[in-house]
Amino acid sequence: MRWLLLKDLQILRRSPLQAALLVAYPVLIALLIGFAISREPGNPRVAFLNEVPPGSRVSAGSGGELPAVGVHDRVCRQVECVDVGSRAEAEAKVRDGDVLAALILPADLIDRLNSLSTLSPETPEVDVIVNEEDPLKARVVDDRIDALLARANLFIARQIAAEGGRYLGLVVNGGDFDVLGTRVEVLGLRRVASTLESLRAAVPAAQRPSLERVIRFATLARDNLDVAAPLIDRLAQPIAVDKQTVSAPTPPLDVFAVAVAATLTLTFVTLLLVAGSLALEREENTFARLTGGLVSRSSLLAEKIGLGVAVGLGVTLLMLAGVELFVGLAWSRFGLWLVAIGGGAAALGAAGAALGAAARDVRAVSLLAFMVSLPVALLSLVPSGAVGGGLYDVIRIVAALFPFKPALQAMTAALDSAGPGIGGPLLHLAVLVVAYTAIARLALGRFAST
Amino acid sequence: MEARGLVKRYGSREALKGVNFEAAPGEVVGVIGPNGAGKTTLLSILAGTIEPDQGEVASPNGDVGWVPQQAALYRRLSVEENLLLFARLEKHAQPREAVEEMLELTGLEDRRGELVARLSGGNQQRVNIAIGLLARPAVLLLDEPSVGLDPRQRARLWGFVSGLAGGGTSVVFSTHDIQEAERYGQRLLVLADGEALFDGSAAELRDAVRGEAPEAAGSDFETAFVAFLQHRGH
Repeated sequence: MRWLLLKDLQILRRSPLQAALLVAYPVLIALLIGFAISREPGNPRVAFLNEVPPGSRVSAGSGGELPAVGVHDRVCRQVECVDVGSRAEAEAKVRDGDVLAALILPADLIDRLNSLSTLSPETPEVDVIVNEEDPLKARVVDDRIDALLARANLFIARQIAAEGGRYLGLVVNGGDFDVLGTRVEVLGLRRVASTLESLRAAVPAAQRPSLERVIRFATLARDNLDVAAPLIDRLAQPIAVDKQTVSAPTPPLDVFAVAVAATLTLTFVTLLLVAGSLALEREENTFARLTGGLVSRSSLLAEKIGLGVAVGLGVTLLMLAGVELFVGLAWSRFGLWLVAIGGGAAALGAAGAALGAAARDVRAVSLLAFMVSLPVALLSLVPSGAVGGGLYDVIRIVAALFPFKPALQAMTAALDSAGPGIGGPLLHLAVLVVAYTAIARLALGRFAST
Repeated sequence: MEARGLVKRYGSREALKGVNFEAAPGEVVGVIGPNGAGKTTLLSILAGTIEPDQGEVASPNGDVGWVPQQAALYRRLSVEENLLLFARLEKHAQPREAVEEMLELTGLEDRRGELVARLSGGNQQRVNIAIGLLARPAVLLLDEPSVGLDPRQRARLWGFVSGLAGGGTSVVFSTHDIQEAERYGQRLLVLADGEALFDGSAAELRDAVRGEAPEAAGSDFETAFVAFLQHRGH
């Protein structure tokens, strides 16, 4: 078996394109993943035109005004603003693809906002220009606009609630209040009640019941309006989120991304190499010569899986070393990495052997390996809840029958100390190794007789 | 080597229909017949690379050398690397010496470092045969060994095969070249549509032709053989 393994490595070395791909592929994946997870997601570029006259302020009712809103700064914190001077310029930038969208605050925006506290309210509107040239971009733009609008509405609602709460406090507790430049003192319900209490003795007995009713009203109003203040505050954001996680602790996103990249690399390298190498024995007519007494079919199978494990291990470790340039990995868990990669490679190698035994030549088996592994890998990444329950059950079964998902789980567990244990995925992989090796062994019988 | 009642089916087609076969030590047996007669299937079963559906094969300690019809070589390895790999897999005591011997036999010493993929079909066949001879087996099975060889290489091949037979090796070969079968085969097995039609020497085959197809008795061996097949309904 040692000589066969050396022979396969020698053949691999003699195939410059294949060898280069085996090295270049993980390096490329490492670079892509590294760049992707080491950079913050970029804010979309949005053209911004503010037609609101300078100095406009949002009225809070009763003659008051909200503090300066700082619209430009607030909007441009969420997106990368490209200031434009006119609607035409904004439209041109959107059409040319220079910006994702244009946001225009029309001149009457503040007037319309202020009208909300009058008897003839108008709907405040902002203008958005978009270029929905493809469905994906349209979805992104819509989501961004919805998020911006929700934030703006929340901000305004909170400001109004705060102002409302302040005035309510004035009514309950009393204080000074400016009306058209004139300072007015508000007595407040607390002091009304206590003043009336002090007057009770001086009021004629016939009028006391009426006074008692006024005192009761003032006391009730004071006590209940105290409760109203936090209610008004909650109106700005009535529903709060209390998130509880029922699953095991999830790994950080960057660790998961590295695990996905490493498992994809391992899948393609191991699966294609083992399947191709076994199919090559048939293509070169050497299978019959080898198994005609020189090596047993089981030994040949073990050698091919061993080849996949050796090369898959090397290439995946190379990829992880490349990712280390961008993301810190826990090298203290190196032993677990080896176990996870080795287990995944063995199962993927066995699956590759089953594929290799089923196809007649290297090209056909390479195509078959891609056609099988790519959709299964993608299916394995579908989260629960993203599709209907029945469909998800089917996806779970398909994913469980192929080594990608348990290999990914093992890799994630090996990379992340806070994640779930590695034992379950390794056991799953061991079952798949046995099953696929048995299938490959059966297929080799057919391999020889056709 | 002895085989009894060999049957092999591919789907509904019977490639071998109860064929018996034997080869004594030092005997050279030629297997001849038209395309699809079952020659390669018979040799593959004797080599142990495919299993018969019925029948048994007995070979001396399983010591059988096999030279398949299509070159069974690693094209991305050199001539020497191919020979060395198979010598090691054969567990040859002195693998490098065996390689040198085969390089000399095939006349490929000066091309030992060349990748097999760059060799001509004839030279690939020479390496293919050399690998089959590496272990000096008790029984050597050659499936159309001279295809692609030039006359000089053919003469060298048969010279070596005759030497092996002289040393006690049983040699079984299939061929489409009837003259070659007559010249080198001490005994001929004629197969047609999976049936063994004749088993005997070339002279005995001529006698059979004389009896069954007298009009072809005076013709050359190939013409007589074709007449024999036609007379037997093939």
